[in-house]
Amino acid sequence: MLVAEILEKRLIRPPDVFYYRLHAPLVAAKAKPGQFVIIRIHEKGERIPLSLADINPSEGTISLIVMCVGKTTSELATLQEGERIRDVCGPLGNPTHIENVGRVVLAGGGFGVAPLYPIGRAFRDAGNRVVTIMGARSKGLLIYGKEMESVSHRVAVSTDDGSAGIKGIITDALESELRENGADLVMAVGPAPMMEAVCRKTASFGVRTIVSLNAVMVDGTGMCGGCRVRVAGETKFACMDGPDFDGSLVDWDLLIRRQKMYKAEEKESFEAWKKRHGF
Amino acid sequence: MTDKSRGKKPAPRRVPVREQDPRQRRLNFEEVSLGYTPEEAVLEAGRCLGCRNRPCVSGCPVGVPIPEFVAAISRGDFASAYETIRNANMLPAVCGRVCPQESQCEGACTLGKKHDALAIGRLERFAADWRMRQRESGPAKPAPRKDVSGGGGRVAVVGSGPSGITCAYELARMGHKVTVFEALHELGGVLFYGIPEFRLPKKIVAAEIETLEEMGVEIRRNAVIGKLHDLEELMEKFDAAFVGTGAGLPRFMGIPGEDLNGVLSANEFLTRTNLMRAYRFPEYDTPIKTGRRVAVIGGGNVAMDSARTALRLGAESVTLVYRRGEEELPARAEEVHHAREEGVLFELCSLPTEITGEDGWANGLKCIRMELCEPDPLDAYEKSSSGLSRPGRKIPKPIEGSGFAIGADTVIVAIGTSANPLLTRSAQGLRLRRGYIEADPAGRTSLEGVFAGGDIVTGSATVISAMGAGRRAARAIHEYIASRKS
Ligand SMILES: Cc1cc2nc3c(=O)[nH]c(=O)nc-3n(C[C@H](O)[C@H](O)[C@H](O)COP(=O)(O)OP(=O)(O)OC[C@H]3O[C@@H](n4cnc5c(N)ncnc54)[C@H](O)[C@@H]3O)c2cc1C
Ligand SMILES: Cc1cc2nc3c(=O)[nH]c(=O)nc-3n(C[C@H](O)[C@H](O)[C@H](O)COP(=O)(O)OP(=O)(O)OC[C@H]3O[C@@H](n4cnc5c(N)ncnc54)[C@H](O)[C@@H]3O)c2cc1C
Ligand code: SF4
Ligand code: SF4
Ligand code: FES
Repeated sequence: MLVAEILEKRLIRPPDVFYYRLHAPLVAAKAKPGQFVIIRIHEKGERIPLSLADINPSEGTISLIVMCVGKTTSELATLQEGERIRDVCGPLGNPTHIENVGRVVLAGGGFGVAPLYPIGRAFRDAGNRVVTIMGARSKGLLIYGKEMESVSHRVAVSTDDGSAGIKGIITDALESELRENGADLVMAVGPAPMMEAVCRKTASFGVRTIVSLNAVMVDGTGMCGGCRVRVAGETKFACMDGPDFDGSLVDWDLLIRRQKMYKAEEKESFEAWKKRHGF
Repeated sequence: MTDKSRGKKPAPRRVPVREQDPRQRRLNFEEVSLGYTPEEAVLEAGRCLGCRNRPCVSGCPVGVPIPEFVAAISRGDFASAYETIRNANMLPAVCGRVCPQESQCEGACTLGKKHDALAIGRLERFAADWRMRQRESGPAKPAPRKDVSGGGGRVAVVGSGPSGITCAYELARMGHKVTVFEALHELGGVLFYGIPEFRLPKKIVAAEIETLEEMGVEIRRNAVIGKLHDLEELMEKFDAAFVGTGAGLPRFMGIPGEDLNGVLSANEFLTRTNLMRAYRFPEYDTPIKTGRRVAVIGGGNVAMDSARTALRLGAESVTLVYRRGEEELPARAEEVHHAREEGVLFELCSLPTEITGEDGWANGLKCIRMELCEPDPLDAYEKSSSGLSRPGRKIPKPIEGSGFAIGADTVIVAIGTSANPLLTRSAQGLRLRRGYIEADPAGRTSLEGVFAGGDIVTGSATVISAMGAGRRAARAIHEYIASRKS
């Protein structure tokens, strides 16, 4: 059984975004940027997919950046360094296709910045000029800035309230980057509406855009079909055919609708858990 | 068989088995059939004629010595009945419950010509359950085989479904060091994630599998081959590999509305329920949705299991829609019977054409009636030569103007599965046919040292045929390793 010890845990954006470094040497030896793992905390837990925010084969570790949005992500946050996660399955999904295309723009919203760190490093190492654009509501909500700086030629920031970088939403910062420097490839990771907005923007510039789709998953191996998405009018399984797809071909309404399939149950489970734990 | 029983007239009817009341059981996940008591088992076993030509044994894909074990039961020697079965079949508690006996052992039983066939499956289950009760910690560790020489090889088994665990078990008995790689966090393949608790309690699957670990087989869960390791890598570390990854990729129909919320594959529905225990949500974290009215598309075991699970999850009505007729229903006869008793409605000879919806959620299923035509001989020939479909079955054709609709807020698609490409995509040089691995009857593939069997070779079949394949492959692997050593 792949039980993984939490070697390091940090609150990187109060109150609810945590960084975890796990001991998982087999996964670390094999994983590539853009892939994810599915974890299950304990015997009664749900399987949830999480992107790899870093991969360190020589130390045998993988890192995750997780935002507490419901029961499982919040319960994960109650675990301490030295404690174990019962199941870690991966690496899953296809690695991001990395090649030297010239100028790459990475657009990250929310936890989406996490997978962009290893992806950015790989694009940079392949000889690309990498620009990262991070968006958040305000300065305090930005994460992973330093790490992204270390793999980017430039990091541009946008905040809704103007407390850091450009005042506005992420597509504003993206637009000025595309206007000024252009791009050969854009990679966007974040909440579905953010990725959709990015794709609409890049379409007007005619820049190819790759997105990483976060459909609801169970097994992550192509067995359940729960993660199905529509790309170019065809049904694809995000876990097996993705998670990366050409963003201009994605049926976003469908993805967003399917993400909400279990909303009522998720709420019930979270509320019950909070009550039990006195939150 | 004792001479005593020969010439005696057997009772025409089989001893009935106690079952949970349909009205009660449709609301719980406990096992439907309660199994024979020792007295009932002895009585039923006494019906066996002990036929010298053993037609029942030829009906069993793994050749369980049926007359012998049945005779042992009728003598009250349950321990030796168990040992006799177990020598041929590693999972008697499972097979006794889920084999399609009517088309296998029982289908060939001499008694069946005039009377009820002997209840071989129930007797097999009785012996296995009896043994399990004797020893709390699960089934006995089988003795190593003294009749084979060699051993000492290292073998990787990919997938812990019936084919994989049987192969691992046989190899371990022959003295090889086996490591099983399983993608999920539980072992058993379809036995765990697919077949529901009320038909096959998971603790029985677990107990049968525990034996593997007792025999020194190493088990790696959460290990997706093709991702965590490639087949090529395994071949560097092991002398041989067996691939038993099943046919787990759910198929959809490609009709309008299949993307609506509330439409899901049987695999997802059953995996959430069985593997993730969503029927005990929120005690277990994984949710499941069952609407008031559920439609299930398909007519096999998977469709029956989905329909009956939906009832137990609280659906008010469950309708099963199948494009052929009653006779063609591929599910086990007992399951169809149980489903009917529990109140599942059947719309036979009906083909779904569209799933309708409102606000993004399914609300109904449009269908058209079908008539069954005689098979087109040419068509049957083509299908059978492709090796993946049964020849000679009647072909359904739509009847014009016969459209109708049923209300459904959950639609479960159980029209079959195809080969999962995760492993095969990463295996260079492995010859495939329509995604399935090409293998000879002994399981040899186009790659030296790589063997395969079960659903990944044949397409969706049965537990016992997957076990048979695992067993034959184990023998071939044993010979292969021996030939390389000499
Ligand atoms: C490929 C992929 C990579 C991801 N990477 C990250 C990451 O790096 N960091 C991070 O914080 N989050 C990531 N997510 C999202 C993460 O899986 C969900 O936040 C998590 O499952 C929520 O579980 P919960 O019980 O805490 O919340 P819930 O209350 O159960 O769910 C909240 C929302 O999360 C989504 N969700 C719920 N269950 C699942 C599931 N089984 N699979 C996918 N989404 C689900 C749904 O949209 C749901 O409405 C990723 C998702 C995918 C598909
Ligand atoms: C709901 C349902 C009900 C059924 N009912 C019956 C019945 O009543 N009677 C009967 O005889 N048959 C029944 N069947 C069919 C029977 O279960 C299958 O034919 C049988 O399980 C096939 O066995 P297998 O070993 O080939 O594969 P499976 O049982 O499918 O097991 C394959 C295993 O391999 C694992 N795996 C897949 N890919 C990888 C990978 N890349 N790396 C590692 N592991 C991997 C899977 O997770 C799985 O555990 C039923 C099937 C279903 C789905
Ligand atoms: S293994 Fe299946 S087919 Fe063989 S005797 Fe037992 S129940 Fe019958
Ligand atoms: S065919 Fe039937 S009656 Fe004859 S030995 Fe087999 S089980 Fe007994
Ligand atoms: S998560 Fe089950 S098929 Fe993708």
